[in-house]
Amino acid sequence: MERTYFTGKIWVLSDLEGQLIENIDTDQIYHNAFLHITELAKMGEYALGNLEGWKDFPKKAQPGDMIITGRNFGAGSSRQQAVDCFLALQVSLIIAPSFGAIYFRNAVNSGFPVLKSHDVERLVLEGKLETGDQINVNVLSGECTNVTKDFSFGVLPMSEVQHAIFQVGGLFRYGNELR
Amino acid sequence: MGKTIIEKIIQDHTQDEVKPGKIVWMDLDIRSARDFGGPNVAKHYEREYRDEPVADPTKTYFTFDLCVPACTLKYADNQQICRGFAKKHRIAVFDVDKGIGSHVLMEEGLACAGKTVVGTDSHLNILGAVGCFGQGMGDVDITFAFKTGKTWFEVPESLRVTIKGGFDWPTSAKDLTLFILKNLGTEKAALKAVEFLGDSTTNLTLSNRITLCSMVTEMAGIIGFVPQFDEPFVQEILDFSGEKMMSIQGDPDAEYSDEVEIDVSGLPPQIAAPSSPTNVFDVSELCGTEIHSGFIGSCTNGRLEDLQEAVRVLKGKKVKEGIMLKIVPATQKVYAELLQEGVLEDLFRSGAIISNPGCGGCAEGHIGLTGRGEVQVSTGNRNFAGKQGKGLTYLASPAVVAASCVRGEICSPEDL
Repeated sequence: MERTYFTGKIWVLSDLEGQLIENIDTDQIYHNAFLHITELAKMGEYALGNLEGWKDFPKKAQPGDMIITGRNFGAGSSRQQAVDCFLALQVSLIIAPSFGAIYFRNAVNSGFPVLKSHDVERLVLEGKLETGDQINVNVLSGECTNVTKDFSFGVLPMSEVQHAIFQVGGLFRYGNELR
Repeated sequence: MGKTIIEKIIQDHTQDEVKPGKIVWMDLDIRSARDFGGPNVAKHYEREYRDEPVADPTKTYFTFDLCVPACTLKYADNQQICRGFAKKHRIAVFDVDKGIGSHVLMEEGLACAGKTVVGTDSHLNILGAVGCFGQGMGDVDITFAFKTGKTWFEVPESLRVTIKGGFDWPTSAKDLTLFILKNLGTEKAALKAVEFLGDSTTNLTLSNRITLCSMVTEMAGIIGFVPQFDEPFVQEILDFSGEKMMSIQGDPDAEYSDEVEIDVSGLPPQIAAPSSPTNVFDVSELCGTEIHSGFIGSCTNGRLEDLQEAVRVLKGKKVKEGIMLKIVPATQKVYAELLQEGVLEDLFRSGAIISNPGCGGCAEGHIGLTGRGEVQVSTGNRNFAGKQGKGLTYLASPAVVAASCVRGEICSPEDL
């Protein structure tokens, strides 16, 4: 199945002043106290469990929801659980101005869409992207629509490689298909 | 449009168009895994590929350096899992006697100028010291690299850092490195390939370059290169690994995202206070701080030259009663050189504790750990809270660590 179009409700990871939170590291996303958990389904309940103001995220998130967050999301360690916890909650994608290098690789290798956007910082600041808004995302073209507020914006389209790995559901399956 | 060093190396390993921000499929000359990450690579591989062969056993290696020889049951099991996998796939193992994997790969001439190397070591970008593109990755990535000999990679932007001026003993390459960290922090080099230039880089020895490049990780950079060298360095590399040092330079019309100039004229010894490698001061500012132990070693400062710097301070002196000076040579080859040069005896006579080669306390699997309340001065590269135990770690040069251990408090060799 071609997975190019996504539609869902967004969570804007902002602080009390409404600013996008920057440099959210892997310990805030998935604390090292839970690294011993190996079953993906059990990781969801710890997502953002160490991020001030967002500890109840796993209870609020619905399958298909999307996350908008600040720059350098996923800084720090190489733990795969910081990606897997969102897969477990069936969060459909994350949009940020930038990601930590290893986090980005881990997400791509897991077939989880992580998308970069130059626009989201400004749009959040202007109040044009708010938690609860319904948005459509075309991961291939990068075209997005805020259905709630009726305007379009852009994310950087997935690279060919990222899209190919994503379509088959991860690096291992992608490798198998190459053969 | 010209190319930067990283763009040239990547272009040599891909058919894809190479420019910053573009993702390419890159051929890997060497793929490796350690005793951390390695067991997961073996498990992923067996699950995904069962009995299928790795892409090329002669380009695939295990390097054990974290807990060597294993002193925990977990590591003993994990190393044995890797050995079993290696035997089945006819992969060579640089076992628990050999020392730090990244250094061994350089000594063996497997990591050399223009090559691409990946492994499960976040400091594998240290290989930039010999002009090699090394990169640490997670175990899923390395499993895939074992099977295919390839990886995908986003071509990084490049940053040019020009070092101006020179410095004299007791200031060393470690002090230069810490001072650069103080200047760049974790922002300026983030996700970039760094080219260190300037006349004072030309004379840097291999050990000096290793020290500098190893801490590009702490600058949040992708890799660092030191492209300027002259004949003595070419000879040093030839003696070291048998390899002819190839020169790879950025083109004059290559595009750099930024340029930074750092003046190190008359730089005094530097020290990074807990708990960040960028929290850097002049040693004189922290002089007199009581310490309990010192550590000399790690991939940053574990070579013969580093230990000779320590001996220069320690010879004819004694480590203060009650202070532990822990020394871990980087590799077996370094250990042999220490024996040959009489350095081991000098260290022994000063009262230092000397272990077999390996990663030391950075890995929690070897000596160099701290207890709660212990203050350690270390030549390592990270002093994050909890990294080497519950104590506090300061980062400094071998000479500063040695001097501080003689006095029992932080000081410069000149203070003795």
